[in-house]
Amino acid sequence: MVSESLTLHQQAMTITDLIQKGDFKILNEGNNTHNRITVPYCCDLLSIAMGKMPAGSAWVTVMGNMNTLAVAALAEAACIILAEGTDLDEPSKNKAKEQGITVLKTELPIFDAALMVYQYLNA
Amino acid sequence: MSDKIKVFYEVPADDFTRAGEASSNLKSMLKKMGMNPETVRKVAIAMYEGEINMVIHASGGTIDVTVSQEEIEMVLKDQGPGIADIEMAMRAGYSTAPDKVRSLGFGAGMGLPNMKKYSDELKIESQVGIGTTVTMKVKIQC
Ligand SMILES: Nc1ncnc2c1ncn2[C@@H]1O[C@H](COP(=O)(O)OP(=O)(O)OP(=O)(O)O)[C@@H](O)[C@H]1O
Ligand SMILES: [Mg+2]
Repeated sequence: MVSESLTLHQQAMTITDLIQKGDFKILNEGNNTHNRITVPYCCDLLSIAMGKMPAGSAWVTVMGNMNTLAVAALAEAACIILAEGTDLDEPSKNKAKEQGITVLKTELPIFDAALMVYQYLNA
Repeated sequence: MSDKIKVFYEVPADDFTRAGEASSNLKSMLKKMGMNPETVRKVAIAMYEGEINMVIHASGGTIDVTVSQEEIEMVLKDQGPGIADIEMAMRAGYSTAPDKVRSLGFGAGMGLPNMKKYSDELKIESQVGIGTTVTMKVKIQC
């Protein structure tokens, strides 16, 4: 399903592939790591992300709470990348584990983190 | 064959750690039933926005879901403050969300527009001081 949206110059990159690049710290490795990442997506407002984020997105945000996890799961993001050194609180970490959602983190700003994913996808 | 499946959820007040639980529960149920992924996604998004609105703007509420052959109906009822001007509330960007939930990422004023976009039918009945009932229907795609 996801592969249909891949254009010719795009590389198929799974969540595992992204993790193995080693640029991001792993907060939780989910149960969907064989899924392909379709596109990086940036937004911190939950209902905009909910309405607009394409399925399979690597969602880059600075909002690291329970609601970020809910939106990621319901809108079918591939993973969450917390930028600017944002962390998950303990309850959210547990929830991510429980729900099998992949959450990564980086000290990079949102744009730089998304650009990195974009460049891997279009290498 | 024409049996309907009914599910009932209670949405607790002010509990952001649990908000979204009803929606994710329904989502995994529909997935297990083998329902079309696009239909499941529409239901999940529309219901989450309604569920979270009951937590933020009212004092929780209840959700009745009915799954029939043709559609999924969600009825969300609360006894919150009600909505004085529904047309205004429906506008993209309109929000009365308090600061403490804005800092969590809410308050874009896109919840109701999302509910309209992702459901095939949306009805809002509301009385100030009494509460709000939101009815949404999503047609099941094959
Ligand atoms: N169940 C409800 N009870 C009372 N008021 C509501 C209810 N649902 C929505 N509203 C009113 O309608 C407004 C718009 O709702 P909408 O979901 O579009 O945006 P929001 O909840 O403020 O922000 P967002 O959903 O983007 O995080 C709310 O700010 C609130 O004033
Ligand atoms: Mg809302």
